[in-house]
Amino acid sequence: MTSGDIVFLVPEIILTIGACALLVFPVLGKRAAAQSAKWMMIGLLAITAIAVIVSSHTVTDFAQSRLFATMFAVDSFSVFFKLIFIAAVAMVTLMSEDYFRDSRYSPWEYYSLLAFALCGMLFMASGIHLISIYVGLELMSLSSYILAGYYKSEQKSTEAAMKYFVLGTVSSAILLYGMSLIYGVCGSLNLIAIDRAMSTLITNDALMLGILLLAAGLCFKIAAAPFHVWTPDVYEGAPTPITAFLSTASKAAAIAIFARIFYVGLQHFQLDWSFVLATVAALSMIVGNLAAITQDNIKRMLAYSSIGHAGYLLLGIISMSEMGMRGVLVYTVVYLAATLGIWAAVLMLQQHEYAGEQVEDFQGLHTRSPFWAFAMVMFLLSLGGIPPTAGFIGKYYLFAAAIQSGFGWLAIIAVLMSAVSMFYYLRIVVAMYLREGKDAQVSTAGSLRFVGAACLAITLFFGILPTPLIRQVETSARWVAARAVAVPNAGR
Amino acid sequence: MLNTLWLIPIVPFAGFLLNGFFGKRAGKSFVTAVALAGSLGAALLGTWAVIEYNAHYHHGERHLNVVYNWFTSGNIGADIAFQLDPLSIIMLMVVTWVGFLIHLYSVGYMSHEEGYWRYFAYLNLFMAMMLILILGSSYLFMFVGWEGVGLCSYLLIGFYYDKDFAAAAGKKAFIVNRIGDFGFLVAMFLMFAYLGSVDFMKVQQAAMAGGVDSAIITAICLLLFLGATGKSAQIPLYVWLPDAMAGPTPVSALIHAATMVTAGVYMVARSNVLYRLSPIAMMVVALIGAATALFAATIGLRQNDIKKVLAYSTVSQLGFMFMGVGVGAFAAGVFHLVTHAFFKACLFLGSGSVIHAMSGEQDIRRMGGLWKKIPITAWTFLIATIAIAGFPPFAGFFSKDEILASAWSTHFFPGVGKLVYVLGTIAAFFTAFYMFRLFYLTFFGKFRGTHEQEHHVHESPATMTVPLIILAFLSIVGGFIGLPHVIGHNWLAEWMHPLIPDVEGHGPLHIAGVVEWTVMIVSALVALAGFLLARSLYRGRELAADESFERRSPAVARTLENKYYVDEFYGAAVVRPLAASSRFLWKVIDAIIDGIAAMLGFIVRGFGDLLRFFQTGNVRNYALMFFLGVVVFLFLLV
Repeated sequence: MTSGDIVFLVPEIILTIGACALLVFPVLGKRAAAQSAKWMMIGLLAITAIAVIVSSHTVTDFAQSRLFATMFAVDSFSVFFKLIFIAAVAMVTLMSEDYFRDSRYSPWEYYSLLAFALCGMLFMASGIHLISIYVGLELMSLSSYILAGYYKSEQKSTEAAMKYFVLGTVSSAILLYGMSLIYGVCGSLNLIAIDRAMSTLITNDALMLGILLLAAGLCFKIAAAPFHVWTPDVYEGAPTPITAFLSTASKAAAIAIFARIFYVGLQHFQLDWSFVLATVAALSMIVGNLAAITQDNIKRMLAYSSIGHAGYLLLGIISMSEMGMRGVLVYTVVYLAATLGIWAAVLMLQQHEYAGEQVEDFQGLHTRSPFWAFAMVMFLLSLGGIPPTAGFIGKYYLFAAAIQSGFGWLAIIAVLMSAVSMFYYLRIVVAMYLREGKDAQVSTAGSLRFVGAACLAITLFFGILPTPLIRQVETSARWVAARAVAVPNAGR
Repeated sequence: MLNTLWLIPIVPFAGFLLNGFFGKRAGKSFVTAVALAGSLGAALLGTWAVIEYNAHYHHGERHLNVVYNWFTSGNIGADIAFQLDPLSIIMLMVVTWVGFLIHLYSVGYMSHEEGYWRYFAYLNLFMAMMLILILGSSYLFMFVGWEGVGLCSYLLIGFYYDKDFAAAAGKKAFIVNRIGDFGFLVAMFLMFAYLGSVDFMKVQQAAMAGGVDSAIITAICLLLFLGATGKSAQIPLYVWLPDAMAGPTPVSALIHAATMVTAGVYMVARSNVLYRLSPIAMMVVALIGAATALFAATIGLRQNDIKKVLAYSTVSQLGFMFMGVGVGAFAAGVFHLVTHAFFKACLFLGSGSVIHAMSGEQDIRRMGGLWKKIPITAWTFLIATIAIAGFPPFAGFFSKDEILASAWSTHFFPGVGKLVYVLGTIAAFFTAFYMFRLFYLTFFGKFRGTHEQEHHVHESPATMTVPLIILAFLSIVGGFIGLPHVIGHNWLAEWMHPLIPDVEGHGPLHIAGVVEWTVMIVSALVALAGFLLARSLYRGRELAADESFERRSPAVARTLENKYYVDEFYGAAVVRPLAASSRFLWKVIDAIIDGIAAMLGFIVRGFGDLLRFFQTGNVRNYALMFFLGVVVFLFLLV
């Protein structure tokens, strides 16, 4: 490590200082309005994003940028994810505004916690060492637990936080145990060192146990079945902007470390773990999509649907090829855009007298707000993977990668379950277009509309003209997956 | 124009945007103008493109208009590209001009509807998507249109959203189609994996070059056909089409008779090289087509809703088209698609005119004696009925005859071909019978409706009757584009010829002259027999024949009336188990655990709200689940 390395940490440092500032700001001055908290947060995110871009440009050779005793890497993979995280948190910030307008809860701590969670996520994106990854993960998780229970006088919210916390710590313990086993066998926690050590190893039980416990812990974080049971309860109970955060940014961060650990560190044992993860993926797609059919509460429906999407994302990791990694990256973007858009729509309905949590609340939306109804249809089609929305491109990459790597049966389950998923996405479309509406007005809040429009633009633009995204993704994917060589026909 | 083919779908799409966003406020005349301009614009631009195509190409080559590269990844990718070739041109002309006529008709038919702007916005969107479907140059781009028309169809079926069954029918259509789309998607992935592309031409070349396992080709063909059974309402996925009649009648004419439902036939014809490499897949197509044609025709015998009769008739006629493409007579299948678009659109629009005149009544048992009261409708309806029944020289006769003759003489599976021919001929007999039953019950005898309805009966306005007259005219002369070679010149077969290259030494089917004559005579006699039987049973006897049939064989009558109970069967075999498994998955995870929690909560509540916090029965169960998951993991490892 040299002192020059510090320049690569500037985004994280700025964010940490900013998060502290958000925390102490209201103590210093008189209590300021929610509005100014929001704009400070947005400003902070903008500066961080600029710092991420600038610091990545100071890296002349990504291969040389393994910093701080090889714990932290600035490469095009991490930059890609960092920018996604920042954008997603910015959307969540914009969505949260109205939630705090006449609330008893201070927005300052809220935004501060969000910033800390983001900081953890940035470390996760850059972590190439199990300890730095773990610390980042915990920073994000601890902040999320508190945020889930932010409505502390509301029983549902507290309960959600409690459940999330207890189960989250259990999963962390399992994750750590897995890491320690790997360390015991390989003698290192750095992913590249682990990879090097593994290339000389043959399968042994301790190592397998380590890998599988690690996988189990990560599956919890991305909410894949059978480690998904917390998801519906927590998503339902948490304040809606936080649910949006958990189902998008937080999930994406977990996917980022999942991908990096397995692609860089554990690729030699692909034959051993791919079947286990394939089972998890199949189970997630089946359980998530089937259970979502009977949900009337939209937060629960989306929770189950997000379990299904975790299953699709796992296809990319299982494929263990550049194509698979591209799929993970593309799908993360399109899934985040569509999901954030839907949450914005849910929040938009929550503004007014009725909650927007039930499917019926969407009834007749197209007469009240043609824009939101149209946007919702596009988001839902994107999640269902129907062209010309971006979701189709994402699914195409994931499924094609699975087929290429010999997991044809998994791809068939995936296509089938996408068909099933349209079943419940459609219920919302039916409610919006084919049912008599209620007369209530919808929110005209500018920031929500902005989030909706931005997500719609991304969903449509990358569906119709995906090339810019694909070019970026190819560079980023190559970085992590360059050495990953799929074992031919691993799935057979 | 040839290099701006993308303009053709853009024009109606612009109409959709204008009407969708401003139609509600802008008023009726604006909506009408935009909608008609959208569909007429597409028709004129399309015609212009065809004229230019004819000037540039003389051997049926494909004209490709690449707009841009959609995405590329490694060695596979897809373009956003439009193409024009003989098959696209036929579809283009049918879709745009019949589409325009139906737009025109809708102006009159929908004039009193509240959601006028919404209707025309969806209708224009449908046109745009249908044009993408037929002009797209790859399976993938075609799939965009395929999904798009599905969405529009579903929105239009559910148009009367104040009626619950309409929304349910829309949903059913969409869900059933998703099953078909699953097949289509998997087929495309297989093409990517084994043929290296989804472009029509490249797929064709890769398949003809050989070296691909014939099992893969068969799988691709059968999966594509699964997609086709969804969109084109064949066994086993036809169930959505009769329910789709809940939508406005012009929609039934446009989407559920003339255009969208024929997309499956178009796809099979488009993939003729693949199919000819897999005789098994062709046999499946031909047999499913024949079975559907007969099955739906028998259901049509006992339906009393004027639109339901026509719906089953559409299912049955689509079966004929698949029979044609299935036995290897691709031009014949497309020929029937064209003539069917004319006479079935005419019949549906005619039924709309009847319903309009009857103040919304759709039950033919309450009609009768309308011949004198709405003469234009009656005459056009009669012409279309003669066409579908297969009397020479009306349009339906030549196309149906060519299919049947091809089935008889197919060299792919001669034995099965004869069976297909027999099934088809029986279906043709039933077709003539139920169509004339419909005709006599509707237009002859005495009026059986209420007094008030009788008072209101009136002929429809000109925007509705003009399209009827044009379509009736086409139903008479439409067959002349494909005369049997023993009589004249089969222009259509020649036009389509470049699209059907020799595969493994086989060119297009050859039909012997004697077979041609025999089949023609038999077909004409069969049509005559069906007509005479219907005439003797229904002319001047009102409903007596139906009632006596019900008395004599109540079981058969009831089975037919209830459409062989297929919906009920699907409900019991598919829908309910799926719902149950969903509920199960959710309840095991949720309800049982929540139940325990609630019980604990109930006990705990006695100790006060403070203790509420200890209601962690939930979390413990969840943690247990978590560890069970780890155990499952370990099992998988061992």
